[in-house]
Amino acid sequence: MSTEKMKAKITIHVNGRKHTVNVDPSMPLLYVLRNYLELNGPKYGCGQELCGSCMVLIDNKALPSCRLPVDTLQNKAITTLEGLVRKDGKLHPVQQAFVDQQAAQCGYCLNGMVISAAALLEENKSPDEEAIRTHLQRVLCRCGSHSRVIKAVKQAAQPISPKDKQTQE
Amino acid sequence: MKDTRETPSVSRRDFLKSAGCLTIAIPLFGNCWLPEAEKTFAEELPGSLNRQPQISAWLEVLANGKLRVYTGKMELGQGIRTAIAQVAAEELDMDMSQVEVHLAETGKTPHEGYTAGSGSIENSAMSVRYAAAAARQKLLELAAVKLKSSPAKLTMANGHVLVAGGKEKLTFAQILDGKQITDEVRLPVKLKDKTTYRLVGKAIPRTDIERMARGEQVHIHDLRFPGMLHARMVRPPAYSAKLVSLEESTLKKEFPGIVKTVVNGNFVGILATDEYEAMQAQAFLQKHIKWETGQNLPVEDLPTHIQKQATKTEQVKSKGEKPDSPSISHKASYFKPYIMHGSIGPSCAIALYDQSVLHIWSHSQGVYPLREAMSKMLELPPDQIHITGVPGAGCYGHNGADDAAADAALMAMAYPGKHIRVQWSREEEHGWEPYGSALSVDLEASLDQSGKINYYGSNVWTDSHSTRPGGDAATLLPARHISKPFQMQSAGYTGGGHRNAEPYYALPNLQIQAHFFEGPLRVSSLRGLGAYANIFALESFMDELAEKAGKDPLAFRLTHLEDERAIAVVKKIQELTKNEKRGKNEGMGYAFSRYKNTATYCAIAANVWVDSSTKEIKVKKMWACIDAGEVINLDGIINQTEGGMIQAASWTLKEQVTFDSQHVSSLNWATYPIFRFSDVPQVEVAVINRPQEKALGAGEAAQGPTSAAIANAVYQACGKRIRQLPIEAALRQS
Ligand code: FES
Ligand code: FES
Repeated sequence: MSTEKMKAKITIHVNGRKHTVNVDPSMPLLYVLRNYLELNGPKYGCGQELCGSCMVLIDNKALPSCRLPVDTLQNKAITTLEGLVRKDGKLHPVQQAFVDQQAAQCGYCLNGMVISAAALLEENKSPDEEAIRTHLQRVLCRCGSHSRVIKAVKQAAQPISPKDKQTQE
Repeated sequence: MKDTRETPSVSRRDFLKSAGCLTIAIPLFGNCWLPEAEKTFAEELPGSLNRQPQISAWLEVLANGKLRVYTGKMELGQGIRTAIAQVAAEELDMDMSQVEVHLAETGKTPHEGYTAGSGSIENSAMSVRYAAAAARQKLLELAAVKLKSSPAKLTMANGHVLVAGGKEKLTFAQILDGKQITDEVRLPVKLKDKTTYRLVGKAIPRTDIERMARGEQVHIHDLRFPGMLHARMVRPPAYSAKLVSLEESTLKKEFPGIVKTVVNGNFVGILATDEYEAMQAQAFLQKHIKWETGQNLPVEDLPTHIQKQATKTEQVKSKGEKPDSPSISHKASYFKPYIMHGSIGPSCAIALYDQSVLHIWSHSQGVYPLREAMSKMLELPPDQIHITGVPGAGCYGHNGADDAAADAALMAMAYPGKHIRVQWSREEEHGWEPYGSALSVDLEASLDQSGKINYYGSNVWTDSHSTRPGGDAATLLPARHISKPFQMQSAGYTGGGHRNAEPYYALPNLQIQAHFFEGPLRVSSLRGLGAYANIFALESFMDELAEKAGKDPLAFRLTHLEDERAIAVVKKIQELTKNEKRGKNEGMGYAFSRYKNTATYCAIAANVWVDSSTKEIKVKKMWACIDAGEVINLDGIINQTEGGMIQAASWTLKEQVTFDSQHVSSLNWATYPIFRFSDVPQVEVAVINRPQEKALGAGEAAQGPTSAAIANAVYQACGKRIRQLPIEAALRQS
C-alpha cells in the first residue's frame, strides 16, 4: 500500500458546468458533490447502494453516487437535485409535484425519490403505478411517505399537453 | 418568502383534492363523553406555558412587523413548525407568511423537555395559542391608546391594528415602539372563537418541503462552516469491549491528512480535513486496533430469555375477581422483538469549542436535557454549553442523535477553535442506536354466557422505554467509553412498557402486571413505546375471543366499548370497508385503540393477501379512522397517520434486530430489511375533527392497531394465527 494518498486533478460536469477538483481519484462522487461542490441534494444514507439517498442523474440515468469513483465520471453529464431547477428558478415538474402533494415528512429521502422519478419520466412519459413502484424500489423512506410519492409522480406525469401526446402516439 | 396562496378556501380545496382523493374530514361539534380528568382543560394553561408564562418567551415582534414564534420542540418531519405558525397566525389574525418559527435552542427558546410522546401539539402549539391570544389583548390595549380609541372598536388584520372602518393602521412593531410585550399570560385568556377560524383545522401546506425539493439547506447533514473538520469514531466490537492497543504511528504514516487522533479510555476518534480520508482512516484503524471483548450476549431463545431475566414486578391494575368457573376461557402468548428506529440519514452533529463556550448543532429531540447530560460528561457548566436544534432525518424516538452530539463535543473539546462534524455510518447507526425493547405478553380471558368478557389478565415482560439524556451522562454512548466512564444511574422510564396493556374496553375484572428485565441490547424510546406490542397482543386476542364467542370481530369490540368517540372511529372503519371485495387468499383484519388510553382514538383495517404454499404475504390496502380531538393541521394528521401505518406495517411484517454472542449483527438494510415500494400498501385516512375537544398528538396512534389489524387479516386470509413478530419470519416457520 502507498504511504501517501495520491491526489489528482479531476474534471467533472455537474448541472451543466465544468468543475475541476483536486482529490483522491477513488473518492466516491457523493463526497465530491457534497464537500467540494457544496451541493445538498445527494445525501449520505448508507454508502452501500442500498438506500438511494445519494441518487444523482448520470447521463439521465438515476444512480447511487455513494460508491462511484469520481475519476470514472469525467465524460459524463451529472445532474443533481439542484440542477433540476429551471434557469428561471421554477421547479422541475417532479419537484413541483412533490411540493403540491406534500410528499415528504422528514424529507431525507426526497432527493432519491425526485431523481429516480425524473429519470423514469425521461424514458416513460406516462408510467402506471407498477412502473413507478419498480423505478423507485431502490429508494428507502422510513417515514412512510410512499403513498404520497406515488401520487406526486403520477401528478408529474399528467400534464401532457395535446402536442406531446400526438408525438408520443 | 413569497406568499403564493390565493384565498384560503380555494387553495385549501385544491390542496385537499390533490393530497388524498379519498380522504374525508368530518367535523363534529356536539358534546362528547369525556373522562373526568380532562374536563378542566379550558381553565388551565398548557404545561409548557405554566412553566414559562412570559409572552415574550414564546413570541417576538420583529422590526418589520412580522412575528417570530419560539418553540422548545424540534421539527422531526411531523410538520410542527407549520402547526405552530398556524395557531399563532390564527389568534393574531396574521397571514402564514408573516409568521416564522424558531426551533429548539438553549438560551433562546422555552425549555420544553423532549419532542416526544405526541406532546408537541398538546404542549407547544397550545402554549403558543394562549401566548398569542394574550398578546392580542395587549396589542389592542396599547393600540387603543395610540389611536385614541378603545380596544373594542379596533380590528386586527394581516399584522396591523386599525380603528374599524378607519384608515390609520399600525403594525405590531409600531404599537410596541420596537419593544416586546413584558406581560405574562394570565388566566382567563380570551381565545378566538373557533367557529371563526381561517387557518386552524385546515390542510395548510408546509413550506419546508419546497426548500428540500430545491436542495436548500434544511437538514443538519447539510450545515457547513468554513474550515470545518470531519470526525469519525472507531467503535468497539461489542458493548463492553475494552481497548488494548492501537497503531497510531502506522495510521499517521498511511494518512498524513489526519489532524488528530483522540483516545480517551475506550473512545477513539479521528479528525481529518477531508471527509473521505477520515472514512478511509476509520476503516484502516478498525483493522489495526485491538480490543478485549467483554461479556458475551445471550444467544438463547429471546422470549424465554427475557422472561427469565425479569427482576421486578409491578401491579399495574387490579379490579374485581377472576370468575371461578367461566363458560369459556382462553390464553395466548405474544412476542415482539427488538426493533430499530432506522433513520434514513444516520446521526450527525457539529461542535465548536471556542472561547470557553461549547457550541453544538444537533438533531436531538431535547436540547435542554442534552445540555444537562453533556455538562456532566464534560464537567463543563451548562451556561458554557449552547445547543442549537437543527432537523435531522426522521427519528421516531430516541436514536443516535444525542450520542453523535456527544461524540462531536468530545472531539471539539480536544481540538478547540474549529467546527467539527461527526457523521455516523450506516453500520454505527444500525449497531449502536438504542432500540425499542423486545416485549413478551401473556394474555388470558374468560367470557360469560352472553359472550362478553368477564375477566382479562395481562402479564407484560419489558425493558425500559426511555433512556434519554435527562441529566444522566451515561445515557450518552461515548460517556460510557471515556476513561472516566459513567454508569447508568437508573433503568430510565419503565412506565412505557405497559402502555396500553390495560384494554380501553369496559371490563368488570382485570389483572395487569408488568415484569421488568434488563435485556442484552441498548434500548430507549421508539414511537409508541410498549403500546405497539401491547396493542398487537390485545387486539389480536380480541379477534381470538370474538371467534370463541361466535361474534363478528367489530361487533364484539363495539359491545365492549362505552366511549362514544371510540365507538365512532370503529363504526367509521366499518363503513369505510363495508363494500370492499375480498379476492382469493385475501383477508380483512381490524383493530382499535385509544393511545395511552387517554389520547388519540384510532381504528385500522388491513386487507392482506397470503399465499399459504409459498408463505408470501402482501398488505394490499390499509384504512385508518383517527380522532385526535381538535385538528390543527388536517394534512399533518393525515400525513402522520399514513406514514404511521406504513412504518408499523414494515415493523410488523419484516423487522427484528438480530445479534450474536458478540454484538448486533443486523448492520445494514440487507440484514435489517424494511418496506420498499413493492411492499407498501395503498393507504386511506379518515379524520374526525372535534374542534371543541382538546387537540392531541396523532403521530403514534396508528402503530399499535396496525400490527394487530395485519395479524388478524392474515388469520382471515389463511387461518394461521401469528403471535410472534415479525409476521413474515413466523409465517415461514409455520
Ligand atoms: S447512500 Fe448511496 S445508496 Fe445509500
Ligand atoms: S420522508 Fe423521511 S425518510 Fe422519507
